[in-house]
Amino acid sequence: MQCGADRSKGVTVSNAQVDAAAPRPREQWTGQVGFILSAIGSAVGLGNIWRFPGVAYENGGGAFIIPYLIALITAGIPILFLDYAIGHRFRGSAPMAFRRLGGKWLENLGWFQVMICFVIGLYYTVVIAWALSFFVFSFDLRWGDDPAAFLTGDYLQVADPGISFEFVPGVLIPLAIVWIATIAVLAAGVAKGLQRVNVIFLPLLVVAFLILVVRALFLDGAAEGLNALFTPNWQALGDPDVWIAAYSQIFFSLSIAFGIMITYASYRNRKANLTTPGLVVAFANSSFEILAGIGVFATLGFFAFQQGVAIEELEGLTGVGLSFVTFPAIVSQMPGGPIFGALFFGSLTMAGFTSLISVMQVVSAGFQEKFGLTVRQAAIRVGGVAAIISIVLFSTTTGLLALDVADQWANNIGIVASAVLTSVLVLWVLRRGPELRTHLNALSTFKVGRIWLVLTSVLAPIVLGYMLISRIVTLSVEGYGGLPGWYLVAIGWGAIIAILLGTFVLSALRWRQDPERFAPWPSYPPGGTAATTGRNASDGGAS
Amino acid sequence: MTPIAIVFLVLAIVLVWGGLIASVLFLRSRPELEQYPAGGDDDHREDDAPIIRDT
Repeated sequence: MQCGADRSKGVTVSNAQVDAAAPRPREQWTGQVGFILSAIGSAVGLGNIWRFPGVAYENGGGAFIIPYLIALITAGIPILFLDYAIGHRFRGSAPMAFRRLGGKWLENLGWFQVMICFVIGLYYTVVIAWALSFFVFSFDLRWGDDPAAFLTGDYLQVADPGISFEFVPGVLIPLAIVWIATIAVLAAGVAKGLQRVNVIFLPLLVVAFLILVVRALFLDGAAEGLNALFTPNWQALGDPDVWIAAYSQIFFSLSIAFGIMITYASYRNRKANLTTPGLVVAFANSSFEILAGIGVFATLGFFAFQQGVAIEELEGLTGVGLSFVTFPAIVSQMPGGPIFGALFFGSLTMAGFTSLISVMQVVSAGFQEKFGLTVRQAAIRVGGVAAIISIVLFSTTTGLLALDVADQWANNIGIVASAVLTSVLVLWVLRRGPELRTHLNALSTFKVGRIWLVLTSVLAPIVLGYMLISRIVTLSVEGYGGLPGWYLVAIGWGAIIAILLGTFVLSALRWRQDPERFAPWPSYPPGGTAATTGRNASDGGAS
Repeated sequence: MTPIAIVFLVLAIVLVWGGLIASVLFLRSRPELEQYPAGGDDDHREDDAPIIRDT
């Protein structure tokens, strides 16, 4: 578990002789491949499958690839590197890493990220539970002729907006299964839990999705679907909203700026190549998005062909509508539909689960480090509390609405604010950019130039700050989804208030072990004296 | 498919999947630095097979 336990090999005499009071060594991935697969598993999630294809289609089609790649290179990868640098240099989950980086007040930013992950975990599990249910429903096409009515009526039993305690067993049972699986994975630890799940599920996901895409390409109308997705609309490039859509797609897709990549990077060896694997992770995530775009639009082309309409006339091209209404309708009309449905919902479940465990690991690791819990204790306690809240809030007849609203606020306000704050506080207020850049370059084979600092400290906060402000204004002025104002305040702003309250309370509590008895390695500035004192300090004085 | 859509399909695949292949090849050619700064040893007390040292 613990932090700065990088005792020198020479100092450690034998296992049996280790002082029981000494901090335990930090958990680690078994190697570079394990880390890369786990980081890709985290980045590739529901958004890759149900968000990217629709966003690309609506924002310029083929021309979207230009703002998309520019956003990847100028914001996605640089912020990913920033997360890696913070987590790896300060060897902790978000609260401990920020505490070590900037002192007590910056710890708040770490807990802010932990609380965002906690809230996201509450509803992300629910979508995975739905996907798991629909995986089972695929085999007998249980949604019948009207999947929309099946989803909101028979399956979710959606009631009017409100707070209901009427549980829906069809959701509650798979939700409980997903939570038990999550807790079991977290309790097994980084190498035997998270990494093992990713090593199994990620290749399985790719194979299942590849089969789905190949099948989709041979459907009638597939070519029309791909025409719709890839025909460029050049005028879109002059529209600032298209550029913002590209930056937000990249930003939300890569799992950056809310603690996940900080936490994952902290489990790497001290002597670990950081940026080059980061490039692999970023391009793998985008590669899966392109694959999903091809698969989803080939399938939508078939649907339009069956209906005798153009793609433009189809509805439900993103999100819950695409996955749980449009796709079931398509599966019903397709020869061999049950297999296609099982591949789609199986892929959705696997992609979601490997992301979910990364989100919950941020929370678990934060509690382990601050409160001196073992991996298992943290998994059971944090996972247990989250499971109960998640089941109470989201397996009831009002679950769908609460989920949609909580997601809007936690993502668009929580995560984006977290990114802006990280850039402003770490790079502007504390001016630690050069140190983080030196850290990346001292350990990695792909060197980052000064441009990295410019992108993370100037471009990122401007673009993300604009996204944040415009979204706050829109949500405040226009509301969301035609839902009543009191409901948005209670669930949407309520989620943000809960995140902030949790942040301040958790930051104020006492650490079991002083997180600041730690010196980062390699020393900065290079050749400074910290190189020699660092290791002793990081031993926590235990040896 | 129309020619322009095919061009952009190919372009997207070449740029993004090409980026993935290029970064994997780059990583394989330079998986790690040959020389790291001094210090920075990891603690392996809880590894599956503890490292046995001369005592």
